[in-house]
Amino acid sequence: MADGQVMKRAKYKSSVKDPGVPGVLKMTRERFVFMPNDPNSSRKLNVEFRTIKGHKFTKEGSSRQALLNLTQEHGGNYILEFDSFADRDICREFVAAAIAFHGETGKATSEKPAAPLQGEQLSTAEMEHRIKLLQEDNELQMLHKQFVIGGILTEAEFWATRKKLLDQNDRRMPKQHVALKNEMWSVKPLSDGQSNRVTFNLTPEIILQIFAEKPAVRQAYLKCVPIKMSEKEFWTKYSRAEYLHSTKNVVAAAAEAAEDEELAIFLKQDDMLANEARRKIRRVDPTLDMEADVGDDYLHLLDHGLLREESKDVLDSQYEPYRRYFSQDLNQHAAVVLQGRVVDVELGDTRSVAEALARTKQAELANEASEGNSEIDLSHRISRIAEMDDLQGPRDPAVAHLCIKDPGDYFDSQQANALKALGDTGSGVKTLKCNVSPLEAYGSLRELVSEIRVRGLSEPITNPEVAFTVLSGLTQNISSTKYHLGKNPHESVLDSLPKVTREDLLHHWTSIQELLKHFWSSYPITTKYLYTKVTRLKDALSQVYPKLQEIKESVQSDFRHQVSLLVHPMLQALDAAFAHYDADVQKRSAKNGERTNGFV
Amino acid sequence: MTIPTKKKMAPAASKLYADDVSLLMVLIDTNPFFWNSINTSLSFSKFISNVLAFLNSILLLNQLNQVVVIATGYNSCDYIFDSSALQNHNQKGESLLQKLEEFVDKDESLCRDDSVDGPGFSLLSGSLSMALCYIQKVFRSGPLHPRPRILCLHGSPDGPGQYVAIMNAIFSAQRSMVPIDSCIIGAQHSAFLQQASYITSGIYLKPQLLDGLFQYLTTVFATDLHSRSFLQLPKPVGVDFRAACFCHKNTIDMGYICSVCLSIFCKHHKKCSTCGSVFGQAQTQDSSTPDRKRKTSVDN
Repeated sequence: MADGQVMKRAKYKSSVKDPGVPGVLKMTRERFVFMPNDPNSSRKLNVEFRTIKGHKFTKEGSSRQALLNLTQEHGGNYILEFDSFADRDICREFVAAAIAFHGETGKATSEKPAAPLQGEQLSTAEMEHRIKLLQEDNELQMLHKQFVIGGILTEAEFWATRKKLLDQNDRRMPKQHVALKNEMWSVKPLSDGQSNRVTFNLTPEIILQIFAEKPAVRQAYLKCVPIKMSEKEFWTKYSRAEYLHSTKNVVAAAAEAAEDEELAIFLKQDDMLANEARRKIRRVDPTLDMEADVGDDYLHLLDHGLLREESKDVLDSQYEPYRRYFSQDLNQHAAVVLQGRVVDVELGDTRSVAEALARTKQAELANEASEGNSEIDLSHRISRIAEMDDLQGPRDPAVAHLCIKDPGDYFDSQQANALKALGDTGSGVKTLKCNVSPLEAYGSLRELVSEIRVRGLSEPITNPEVAFTVLSGLTQNISSTKYHLGKNPHESVLDSLPKVTREDLLHHWTSIQELLKHFWSSYPITTKYLYTKVTRLKDALSQVYPKLQEIKESVQSDFRHQVSLLVHPMLQALDAAFAHYDADVQKRSAKNGERTNGFV
Repeated sequence: MTIPTKKKMAPAASKLYADDVSLLMVLIDTNPFFWNSINTSLSFSKFISNVLAFLNSILLLNQLNQVVVIATGYNSCDYIFDSSALQNHNQKGESLLQKLEEFVDKDESLCRDDSVDGPGFSLLSGSLSMALCYIQKVFRSGPLHPRPRILCLHGSPDGPGQYVAIMNAIFSAQRSMVPIDSCIIGAQHSAFLQQASYITSGIYLKPQLLDGLFQYLTTVFATDLHSRSFLQLPKPVGVDFRAACFCHKNTIDMGYICSVCLSIFCKHHKKCSTCGSVFGQAQTQDSSTPDRKRKTSVDN
């Protein structure tokens, strides 16, 4: 798999019922080749993956046969039967990766590359990447072997904590938003030159674009088809209107519109568009000053520099609704193209397309309405812009009032805690004389001072034996390995240990770290899954415990102290985890006692 | 107060103030309630005689060594001995003891409490500040001066009310690179001094055998700072920097921290009780809550 090809024994079948031809299936990135065992057989296959559109497979256990069905772009399919499901699965993953590969690089036609492999399934590329990571890192491989194959962690859990490693080389492209064609649909009438017939070609793609760009047409379609007229009639009418526009004969268009009510809809300016335009203008930042931009060089040209032989002659106001401006069309087209394909329906059914578009439009409006306060916001902004800076008083910075508690009562308690944590034993041993009057206390202190003044220094100051004990105690304490630990990078305690012990220790340390990482990240336990995971991890951790003890006992007495120093923090980390686990279990059971419905 | 030694030796100072000349500020705990409450293993008179012997040995180590003793009382603190100010070199102990008696009297006169429960707290923050002031004065006396260090001979428990003052003193000492050594003669560890010694890279020691206090003092605390770099002195086993939560005052390993004032809480609150900041909703469905940081204790 790693070298980019798969070879499996398989049978090629023309149908599911077909007994099939046994042979060998060989898959590479580009193509798959089936060679029958019988060299004379004509059922050879040599197909490029480029032509394969998708694949189906039988569920494990649901039927006896391990089948893989590769569907071709133009309807054909290849059914392959494998000896085992394991073989089939390897090939399936490979095929998925290959299809995805060609889907991405080849053409954008297959919109769902490798989509069936989401979730638990992994694409081959990802698998390969993981294997590569494991091969590169010996330690990682060991951990993987121990925990994933040992069943303590699942594959997903193991990699979940190493997302960074995985992401590094993951250059997979995000799914692209499909845009509309950036081409204005202008009617290109095909006239055959002989008759007066003009033909328009409408494809579903074009219809979608018309609907998106011209909401009035969409509305008219929903209203009229198929009650008032057939689909064909509708589009004929529309085409006629477009034709009239293309002739730029405004007067003729007005005349036609007066005769036909439906045609008028297409010929008149789009009311819905006008409404939307007004709504959009309202959203424009009030600070935008178009007058100020008048100097921009394209604006001094008439009609924004777009050359279009609009009729220069002045028309009566009654014809005004029938005029169309190129800049309007252009803007509307640009807006629709930028918005992209917002509906995700089959293009064939014109009605459903129209309905879907109408729905999205409505949703948009609803969203805007729910925002609601945009009006208020706008008025605020306008008033802020309108005001004159030098007439305003200083605006107070928005600061929350600072209220700070007396730190004393915090440190009060912290002190007691800190001392508790230090594990004092002395405090329990001696009894304090409580409630001493200052008179008594100072009196005794004075007495003691004068005692020295009278008697002088005691001779000797320290008992030689005591002094020796102190000195040897200090020396021993100082010379203990703890002090040397980590001081010198060249000579660590680990080096002095036997190789086996050393490796064991390092290995245990990494595995404990791995397990603890998972353990702590599972808290707080919110789901049943986490609960089982924690239990599993706890069991694994408790297995490490005796092993550490074993290591401690196995080493020679010379090293035992050092090893126990090394093992100590590991045990501490484990103990902390166990303590937390127990506390959590207790809390949980207490909670369960209260509420009988028992969560988790 | 000027430094007579400096005056006397001014011409030859550059040679004489070698790197092994020390200015030792000794803070002795004279909290009467503490000395009254302590069991008989180490009486105040025994303590003082040990300390006197230690001070003498410091002064003997180098002719230019300077020792200043500050008494840390219950209500006040004061300088009770300055080796540089002393004219008669033969009566060091005598003058110290006399000053000490005067100090005890003064401290008593300041006492307003009718009775004190337990050992009480001595004014460590005050004496630390005085020591630092003295050191600052020495620093400003000229480019050449003995290398100062502070030795706290402390027994009373930590006074929580002095936390901020002591921490400020510690940071001030850290800034002026003055190590604070601590020798705990009481029964309890002192978290303040532990941190003080840790932060200023001084030595923290709690002698096991108080009978051998002199031996501890001479072995661990007598060497000057220059020689200290060649010695292996006791290292702290570990300083517990774990914090207590502000809500229940429990020492915690893991908790929530206010992003505004860094207050620590053991569970999620809607509002910080210290600074009043309102927090957003914690994302409980997320198994690894991002604002839940792990604070681990330092073990070295």
